[in-house]
Amino acid sequence: MIRLENINKTYYTGTPLHVLKGIDLHIEKGEFVSIMGASGSGKSTLLNILGILDTYDTGKYYLNGTFIDNLTETRSSSYRNKLIGFVFQSFNLISFKNALENVALPLYYQKVGRRTRNKIALEYLDKLGLKEWAHHMPAELSGGQKQRVAIARALITKPHMILADEPTGALDSKTSLEVIKILRDINREGMTMIIVTHESGIANKTDKIIHLSDGVIDRIEKNTHKKKSSPDSEIK
Amino acid sequence: MFDLDRWNEIMQTITRNRTRSILTAFGVFWGVFMLIMLTGGGGALEKFIKRNMDGVATNSCVIWSGRTSEAYKGFRKNRAWNINNRDVEIIQDRVKGFDAISPVLYGGWSVRDNNVVRGDKKGTFRVQGMNANYNKINRQKMMFGRYINDIDVMENRKVCVIGTRVYETLFTAGEDPVGQSISVDGIYYKVAGVGNGSDNLSFNGDPRETISIPFTTMQQLYHFGDRIDALFATSQPNIAMSEVQQQIETILKSNHSIAPNDRQAVTAFNLEMLFRQVDGLFLGVKILAWIVGLGTLFAGIIGVSNIMMVTVRERTQEIGVRRALGASPLSIMSQIMSESFTITAIAGFLGISFGVLGLQMVDLGTGVGAGGAEGLFQIDFMLAAIAALIIIMLGTFAGLGPAFRAMKIKPIEALSEE
Repeated sequence: MIRLENINKTYYTGTPLHVLKGIDLHIEKGEFVSIMGASGSGKSTLLNILGILDTYDTGKYYLNGTFIDNLTETRSSSYRNKLIGFVFQSFNLISFKNALENVALPLYYQKVGRRTRNKIALEYLDKLGLKEWAHHMPAELSGGQKQRVAIARALITKPHMILADEPTGALDSKTSLEVIKILRDINREGMTMIIVTHESGIANKTDKIIHLSDGVIDRIEKNTHKKKSSPDSEIK
Repeated sequence: MFDLDRWNEIMQTITRNRTRSILTAFGVFWGVFMLIMLTGGGGALEKFIKRNMDGVATNSCVIWSGRTSEAYKGFRKNRAWNINNRDVEIIQDRVKGFDAISPVLYGGWSVRDNNVVRGDKKGTFRVQGMNANYNKINRQKMMFGRYINDIDVMENRKVCVIGTRVYETLFTAGEDPVGQSISVDGIYYKVAGVGNGSDNLSFNGDPRETISIPFTTMQQLYHFGDRIDALFATSQPNIAMSEVQQQIETILKSNHSIAPNDRQAVTAFNLEMLFRQVDGLFLGVKILAWIVGLGTLFAGIIGVSNIMMVTVRERTQEIGVRRALGASPLSIMSQIMSESFTITAIAGFLGISFGVLGLQMVDLGTGVGAGGAEGLFQIDFMLAAIAALIIIMLGTFAGLGPAFRAMKIKPIEALSEE
């Protein structure tokens, strides 16, 4: 589903910073993958390239067989809208829209009518246990609730994969567990899930851990704890 | 096409920071309000002045005799002279470019008390003599009958045209005065018509209180010989009155042995020049009103543009999130432009409405437009349409810069701004 071939990325802010150095990666449909690494190792850059939020300098990126390169901003937006769901560390909900409107927003950009998209958004909020909170503003929600709204928003367009950048970074350990359980449940329904995390406890809940170090894939670890640990177990 | 979702989005963002939106919009509102009030006020002043000149041909002039200021051809200076019938004949014969000429006799400045009588009704009114052309120069609408005609003048007929106040004094309301006799200074005249003149711009008193008779009749009955007090003339279309006036002055000076350089002997009041000056003045007022109004409006628009820039800066992260969720650059641009346009349009159209309301209140307050007359403090529909067009253009213009800035925001850069 995802194939990266020799991806390189350099930032030119003063001294050139070679962030990704020849990344080769293959992720199958339905996999639950985590990307780990120290700060500055390039894990967020890799996630941004996967999410078509950022471009790469050299190499090849295939998403569902489509070569992702030199896309116009409009085409990128369209691909992001249809193929990818995003979950951010700081939730990134729009503060002046209620939970329902936030969840429905990606469908607005697909020109789905208000009534239909609100109905679908309510179904997703219900699925994530937030039906009663549909008309509450983000400021009235807890951290866990905000992240569940963000997950519902990521799911609403039925994307091919979900990219989550430190999805539990702003949450306490109990809420983190709830969120990771939700992500795991979604993955079990066949959704490809890629998360960036620096928490090994979270990474251990995924099928595959990609360790990045100084812009290169240090090692890819198949998770042997998968079958033993349930998502409910404590995050270490 | 009307997109309810789009308008909901716009209203959400505008009402999110109400105070700022209102203050921003106020700049535009005030600009448009000022533009409407100033142009409407300037227009009212123009209409007021022009209404007072109504009925007078704008291409006319009046010429009368004065005392000479130069000794010439054996005549001493300070000599009195009069225009006469021969002058009129020569002028009609030789002057090129005139349209109508009327000799006028005023019959002296003192009027006997109750000089006009009909039965037991009497009043004190001024008498003047003229020919049929006078009504082309100083127009009157005829309420009854007709104006003085050429045959009246030719045959020295004892007919008169009376003003409305004369009619009200001598006749009962609705009574047809045509053919009725009235006594003026002891002589009986038949009423030919009633002219509804106004007291706006008039010579020798209020035409409503004047009795007009053929100038030949007046010369004969009042023993004026061939004397004429003044000459009224109009020029043909596209011919400057000053040219005609110059020709008349030259003939008069030649006929009466007046030095060509004597500036005092022939006195003229050129209405065309006056009207041109008035037109120039009001053009200046209009330009000033537009400069001040548009300047204020531009200041408001720059305010909108500035605030939209600040808004885009503040909403960088939100724009990034929207972009990440699938908003195209064009939809972001259109969103920002729509917001700018909406603020400007709402404020602008409120400005037009309150401007018109303000003018209406001034109209009612001053009372100059009352009495069934057309309101003075009004704006043309065309002005309102132009103002609306300017608002639409400026609203779009105000949003252009911020919209381009918003469009260029990269989602990755925006999302990293936490």
